[in-house]
Amino acid sequence: MDLIKPVTPEVIGRRSGSLRRRHLYSRAFRIACIGFTMSAVGVLGLLIYQVAAAGLPWLDLQFLTSFPSRFPERAGVKSALYGTLWVVSFTAMISLPVGVLAAIYLEEYAPASTMTRIIEINIANLAGVPSIVYGILGLAVFVRFLGLERSVIAGALTMSLLILPVIIISAKEAIRAVPSSIRLAAFAVGATQWQVVRSHVLPSAIPGILTGVILALSRAIGETAPLIMIGALTYVAFVPDGPMDEFTALPIQIFNWTSRPQAEFHELAAAGIIVLLAVLLTMNAVAVFIRYQGTRK
Amino acid sequence: MKQPENAVLEARNVTIRYSGEAAVKGVSLSLFEKKITAIIGPSGCGKSTLLRSLNRMNDFIDHVTQEGEILYRNSDLYGEHVDPVEVRLHIGMVFQRPNPFPKSIYRNVAWGPTINGLSGDINERVERALKQAALWDEVKDRLDDSALNLSGGQQQRLCIARALAMEPEVILMDEPCSALDPVSTARIEDLLFELKEKYTIVIVTHNMQQASRVSDYTAFMESGVLIEYGDTDEVFTRPKQKRTEDYVTGRFG
Amino acid sequence: MTSLVASKKRWGEKILRLVFFLCAFISVVTTICVIAILAYETLSFFQEVSVTEFLFGTEWRPLLEPKAYGILPLLAGTLLIVIGSSLVALPVGLACAVYLSEFASDRARSIVKPILEILAGIPTVVYGYFALTFVTPGLRLMLDDVQIFNAASAAIVVGIMVLPMVASLCDDALRSVPGSLREGAYSVGATSYEVTARIVVPAALSGIFAAFVLAVSRAIGETMAVTLAAGATPNLTLNPLESIQTMTAYIVQVSLGDTPSGGLAYKTLFAVASLLFTITLVMNLLANKVMRKFQEVYD
Repeated sequence: MDLIKPVTPEVIGRRSGSLRRRHLYSRAFRIACIGFTMSAVGVLGLLIYQVAAAGLPWLDLQFLTSFPSRFPERAGVKSALYGTLWVVSFTAMISLPVGVLAAIYLEEYAPASTMTRIIEINIANLAGVPSIVYGILGLAVFVRFLGLERSVIAGALTMSLLILPVIIISAKEAIRAVPSSIRLAAFAVGATQWQVVRSHVLPSAIPGILTGVILALSRAIGETAPLIMIGALTYVAFVPDGPMDEFTALPIQIFNWTSRPQAEFHELAAAGIIVLLAVLLTMNAVAVFIRYQGTRK
Repeated sequence: MKQPENAVLEARNVTIRYSGEAAVKGVSLSLFEKKITAIIGPSGCGKSTLLRSLNRMNDFIDHVTQEGEILYRNSDLYGEHVDPVEVRLHIGMVFQRPNPFPKSIYRNVAWGPTINGLSGDINERVERALKQAALWDEVKDRLDDSALNLSGGQQQRLCIARALAMEPEVILMDEPCSALDPVSTARIEDLLFELKEKYTIVIVTHNMQQASRVSDYTAFMESGVLIEYGDTDEVFTRPKQKRTEDYVTGRFG
Repeated sequence: MTSLVASKKRWGEKILRLVFFLCAFISVVTTICVIAILAYETLSFFQEVSVTEFLFGTEWRPLLEPKAYGILPLLAGTLLIVIGSSLVALPVGLACAVYLSEFASDRARSIVKPILEILAGIPTVVYGYFALTFVTPGLRLMLDDVQIFNAASAAIVVGIMVLPMVASLCDDALRSVPGSLREGAYSVGATSYEVTARIVVPAALSGIFAAFVLAVSRAIGETMAVTLAAGATPNLTLNPLESIQTMTAYIVQVSLGDTPSGGLAYKTLFAVASLLFTITLVMNLLANKVMRKFQEVYD
C-alpha cells in the first residue's frame, strides 16, 4: 500500500482493504478473548447448577443431624461436619500462631544471612508441594512416630503443615505493607524490637493477616488427600469428643459417597458439597469483610 | 505570523476534559508545513494533552471528552468514519521516555512498516530511517542486537528512527530529551534541524533554551490556555503577553 | 558519665527472637523430614526392585501376581492428565488474562476476577464429583468408546481447576508490561490485535511461561479429581478415553487399602511419592527462577 501523499482535502476517511482486514482481526480477537472468559464464568454457573439441582432436594435438617448410613434416606453429614469443625479449629490454633510468628521473624528480625535465605526458599518450595505428600509426612511423623494414631490432632497437625507456607507468605505481605515510618517513629522513642512489633506493626497488619489465615483455612477445609493418608475414616458414625478421637471430614464423606455407584449416593454427595461450599462461602465472606474493614480505617 | 494557508494541522477551539476537569481550554493553533513548532509552558499546563490529541493517542484514556475540531489537511481527525490507525500513519510520535520494543534494533524499525504493508524494500527503509536518525553508523553492524542493550540516547534515536520509518508527514515529540543527558540531547536537537526539511515537527518541551534554539514557532500555554503563539524570536525577545514574558524570563515555572 | 550499656541484658527479647526463629525454622524441618522419609523408604524399595525396572518398566502391578514394578503406566496416566488439562487451562487462561488486562473495563474486572477466584477456591473433590456425574456422561453421549472411568473427564476438570491460576498469573505478567510500550506500538499505526499479540504478549512471555509451568506442576500433583474420575487401572496408553491411574491416585489407593506396612507393596507408595515430589519440585524451581528473571526486567 503506497503512502498517499495528501494533496486532496479528503485525506482521512477512506479505509483501505488491508486496514479493514486488520481491524476485523482485532475485533475477532477481542470477541474470542471475551468468549473464552465468558465460558469460564459459564462453567462455574454450570457446576453450581449441577450441584444444586442434585443436592438441594436432599438438604434438610435431618441431613445435617444424621450420621452416614447404608441407606441413603437416613444418611447425613453430622459426623463429617463435626469432624471438619474439630480439625479446622485445631488447625487454626496451631497454624495461626506459628505462621504469624514465623512471618514476624522473617520480616522484622531476620538478618540477610544464608539461613534466612534457606528458610525463605523452603517456604516458597513447600507452597508448591502436592498436598498428598503432606499426607505422607503426617502419616509418618504424627500418626506413626508420635503415636497419635488417626486422631483429630494428627489431622490438624498435618493440615497446619500444609497451610503454613501460605499463611507465612500472606502474613509477611501484610506486615511488609505497614509503612516503615511507623516503625522508625517507635524506635526513635526507645522501644525494643518486640515492643515496636507488638504495639505498632501487628495492629496495622492484623486485618491482612486475618484475611490470609482465613483464606488458608478455607483451603484446608477442602483438602481431602492428606486426611485420607493419615487414615481419617470414611465411614464414621460418631462425633469426636476430644482431639485424640478418630474422625471424618466433609470432603472425605463427599469422596466416599461419590465413589459409590448408586445415583442416590451421588445426590447425597451433592448435598454434602452444598454444605461444604456454604462453610467456605461464609469463611470467605468473613475474610472479605475483614479486609474491607481494614482498608476503611 | 504567516497566514494559515500552508497549515498542515489545525486545532480550532479545542477543549479537552479528563473526567470533567478541563486540561486544555479553547485552544486554537495552526501547525505549518515543514516547520518546527514548540509548545512550552509549566508542568500541567496541558501541552502533552494537546499534543496527544493530534494523533488520537488520547483515545486510550478513559473518561476523556473533547470539544472543538482538529483538522489534518482539512480533514476532521475525529470524524465519524476516520480510522485512528490510519491517522497515525500520517502523524507519528516520539515519547518522553524511550520505549523501544524488546526486540532487535532492526525489528524495532521494521515492525511498523511491515504490519502496514508499506511499499518498497524494508531493508532500505530501515537503513534510511536509521541514517536520518543519525544512528546508522553506530548500529549497522549489530542490527540483530536487542534494542534494550542501547544507551538511553541511542534508544531515543531508535524511537525516532521507528517513527521516521513510517514516513509520516508530521512528527509529534513529547519532551523527547527530558530523560536524556546533555550530550544526547544536543545530538537530537541537531537531528531536528535536518529532519525539518522533510517533516513537520511539533515538539513539547519544558526546556526553554531548547525551544528557542530549535523551533520556528513557539506556543506558550498556561493552565490549559494558549497564552501566546508566534515566531520563536518574537515570543522570546518581544513577547506580547506579560505572562509569556514572565515565563520566558524565568520569573516562574 | 552516662553509661550507654544496657542496664540489664534483655533476656525477654532474646527468648522471643529465638521462639520466632524456631517457628520460621519449622519450614526447613518440614522439608528435611519429607526428604528423609521419602528417601529412606524409597532406598529400601530400591534394594528389592532395580531402578531401571522402576523407571522403565511398562507394567505396574505391585499388589497382584505376577508382580511388576514399572512406573511408566502411572507416568502415562499423569501425562494424559497434564496434557488434557493444559489444553483446557493454558489457552483459556491466557485468553482470560488478555481480556482482563487489555480489554476489560474496571467494572468488568471487578466482576470477573472474583469469579475466577471462586473457581480456584472450589475443593478438588467437588471437581471430581463434577467430572464423574456431568463430564463423563456428557462425553459418553457425544463419543463412543468412552469408559466410565476415563482420563479425559478428569483432565477437563483439572484444567478448569487450574485455569484461574493461569489467568491470574498471566494477568499479572501482562500488566507488568509498561503502558509506554503499548503506546509506542500504537504510534506506528498498529491495531489492537497487533499491539496485544505481537508486542505485549511476547514482552510478557517469560512470565506467561512460568505460569504455564506452575499450572502443569499443579496438575501433576492433583489427587482427588483423578482418583474419582480417571480410574484405578494402571494403563500405558495415550488414549484419553480409557481408564488409567495417575501416580497420585495410586498413592490414595494404597492408603485406602489394607496393604500391610513394611512390605514391598507398601514401599511402592513412597517410591511413587518420591518421583512425584521430585518432578513437582523441579518444575516449581524452574518456574520461580523464570518468574524472578521476568520481574527483574519490569521492575
